[in-house]
Amino acid sequence: MIEQGNILFCGVGGQGILLASEVTAFSLLAAGMAARKSEVHGMAQRGGSVTAQLRYGTKVYSPLISPGEADMVVAFEMMEAVRYLPYMHSQTKVIVNTHKIFPPAVATGKMGYPENVLAELTSRDIDVKELDAFEIAGKVGEVRAVNIVMVGVLSTYLPIDEQVYVDVMNERIPERFRDVNIKAFQEGRKIAAA
Amino acid sequence: MTTKSTDKLWLSGNEALALGAYEAGVKVASGYPGTPSTEIMENLSKYDGVYTEWAPNEKVGLEVALGASFVGVRALATMKHVGMNVAADPLFTSSYTGIRGGLVIINADDPGMHSSQNEQDNRNYAYAAKLPMLEPCDPQEAKDFLKTAYWLSEGYDTPVIVRTTTRIAHVKGQVTPGEKTSSSVKPEIVKDAAKFVMLPGNAINRRKFVTERMKKLSEFAETFPENRIEWGDGTRGFITSGISYMYVKEAFPEASVLKLGMVWPLPEKMIRSFAEQVDELFIVEELDPFLELHIKALGISCHGKNLIPAEGELNTAIIRKAITGEDSAEFAPVALPPRPPNMCPGCPHRGLFYALSKQKVFVAGDIGCYTLGFLPPLSSMDSCVCMGAGVSAVHGMAKALGEEGMGKEVAVIGDSTFVHSGITGLINIVYNDSYSTVIILDNRITAMTGQQPNASSGTNIKGEPAQMLNFEELCRAIGVKHVVTVNPHEISETKKVLKEEINRPEPSVVISRAPCVLIPSEKKRVKVPYWTRIENCTGCKACLGLGCPAIHWVPVTPEEGAKLGFKEKQKGYSEISIELCNGCGQCAELCKFDAITIKEDK
Ligand SMILES: Cc1ncc(C[n+]2csc(CCOP(=O)(O)OP(=O)(O)O)c2C)c(N)n1
Ligand code: SF4
Ligand code: SF4
Repeated sequence: MIEQGNILFCGVGGQGILLASEVTAFSLLAAGMAARKSEVHGMAQRGGSVTAQLRYGTKVYSPLISPGEADMVVAFEMMEAVRYLPYMHSQTKVIVNTHKIFPPAVATGKMGYPENVLAELTSRDIDVKELDAFEIAGKVGEVRAVNIVMVGVLSTYLPIDEQVYVDVMNERIPERFRDVNIKAFQEGRKIAAA
Repeated sequence: MTTKSTDKLWLSGNEALALGAYEAGVKVASGYPGTPSTEIMENLSKYDGVYTEWAPNEKVGLEVALGASFVGVRALATMKHVGMNVAADPLFTSSYTGIRGGLVIINADDPGMHSSQNEQDNRNYAYAAKLPMLEPCDPQEAKDFLKTAYWLSEGYDTPVIVRTTTRIAHVKGQVTPGEKTSSSVKPEIVKDAAKFVMLPGNAINRRKFVTERMKKLSEFAETFPENRIEWGDGTRGFITSGISYMYVKEAFPEASVLKLGMVWPLPEKMIRSFAEQVDELFIVEELDPFLELHIKALGISCHGKNLIPAEGELNTAIIRKAITGEDSAEFAPVALPPRPPNMCPGCPHRGLFYALSKQKVFVAGDIGCYTLGFLPPLSSMDSCVCMGAGVSAVHGMAKALGEEGMGKEVAVIGDSTFVHSGITGLINIVYNDSYSTVIILDNRITAMTGQQPNASSGTNIKGEPAQMLNFEELCRAIGVKHVVTVNPHEISETKKVLKEEINRPEPSVVISRAPCVLIPSEKKRVKVPYWTRIENCTGCKACLGLGCPAIHWVPVTPEEGAKLGFKEKQKGYSEISIELCNGCGQCAELCKFDAITIKEDK
């Protein structure tokens, strides 16, 4: 459990990173911690590489995580996990959705999607938890709940009770999406335990 | 939005500014979208009792706010940093007229250019226009400072600038809501020519007033509680403001810090006394050496841009490294395929740029989602400077090249950008008669900043019906004789029209009209996706020339190819991710082998 920390969410614009970081932030606040979060809006949201940076603890000044200081990296896309390597340190825990989204150069056949890309992390002894959040969300019945599956996995690394998250989701998520999201969250927790 | 444990709100800087405007009793607010300022007006429009609007541009927005101030209500103008350039004309003279109801301009700078064409430091405007400027360091201060700004504005007869940066605007933190306040100024018409009519005779007097006012504000700065010293050990002293304060506190928790809540005018005595009490003085600020220059002008020696970068954003690590040499990074970046932003699947701009890419012309571009047409594979934009520049520049090219240049250049401009700054350029094309062609990329909305309506959208900021500017009629009224409207999803027809109009020896306008896929009504519309019949695909890659994120290339080995019945030379096939496809049909039109059809045909 991490009492004070820096969480870097990364992925591709449009993957629901903002909501994931928001649910996590709310849960940290509800658990009585201070937090600050920095988001990316504007141009990069059109399918570019994006991050949300969440810092929590007893007192937080900077809303930005410095290179080498992310304690958790939650990557919504496989290659994006590696793009943010400079933010990691040797104790960083990385949660990776192994789903691939091809950037333009790969989609048009100009470059290949890097093979075995996560070896860039594991070869540096960084702890990597892989899962196919897309598939899990699909099984739950809502592919758009990928972000909440990721929140579920992340929750097992944070000093917050499961119930706090459930309360936050009950409070924050519109009723018609609530059950499926809570289910996605719990599936995420199961995968983390496996 | 309250969090249970504390009853505080969890707000972004922009949401906090909107709340601050509401609590300050702002009655009229006008702005033009621009990252990172957009969400201020969007959020403010949800409060009762305050009139909000999207103006066609920042100059109009500021003048609207100024008018409201003249009749005695609290008024707000919001803009991004480059918007201040557009609003600079009223800004400089409103400094002379001063105000009646409090007038505040929120200016959002974008160090690091996350979503901008430059990273100008608009603190320089406060100095140049002789106006006070406040700079908050987090969402709570953003809200509080905005209220303070109205108090200052009315107390000192001055517009006040509140400056944010991306890491204030788009940072979330906890905010305690406060009391709703109001102005003691009475809303009414007051004629006061000596104050409001800035002809030389009056302006000369007001110029004297401005000098006096700034002197008084300098004195105020000495006692302003938001200019504060946090004493620590005396070896290192930092003078800083805004987000840089946060980085300094984190990098040097033990140091003494003079935090400036007001970055112009400066508290001279406070700075001198602070400087005398620390061994070594560091000025930490993003972008220009603004504080540094003015502090050095007081004859105080300090470190500043000799150590701290003047380009891009700062963070804790950069400051620590610049001053102590310590580096927190362990791992270097790994080379990966880049992931730049891309237009959405089904974006109407893509069809237009694809058609344009076949014309071999210089495309004088502009700013919006369509600027992404610059990127491969479309690679169809050759210049992009500021809003409206393409329309004016293409005329300059035509005049420079004469007949030689005919058919070799074209301007592209989005609907919102055209309304913002393109109309005057078009008037110039017609009036001063060049063969220029302007393409208006009319996707019905201001898309890049998040789908805000504009004068041509048919709705206002609240989504209520509004008069819809008719581009065809407007262009004809300006005197353009050839105005053609095309559907950019129909690529061959678009190509044909472009060829004809670009080569026309007279001014012409092509209106490329189809809605942005992220407009709420479009998002709701059920779309029929396309899919690839792999057996028909010859691997010609024609569809990949669009760069649609829903289409990707699947390479195959010779064995796999043989199994699929491909010719020996065929190296792969195109595949559509149905869940991403918005059914625009552009790719299907490009496929000569009937390999892309709508899903229903299956
Ligand atoms: C003076 C100024 N104000 C605001 C902006 C921010 N901005 C850039 S493009 C744009 C509008 C784009 O809308 P439109 O022209 O309709 O193109 P679209 O994004 O819809 O393709 C805005 C608000 C800017 N760059 N410069
Ligand atoms: S937001 Fe609209 S205009 Fe912008 S890329 Fe997407 S579809 Fe095109
Ligand atoms: S129809 Fe073709 S070009 Fe249009 S969104 Fe679908 S895959 Fe992309």
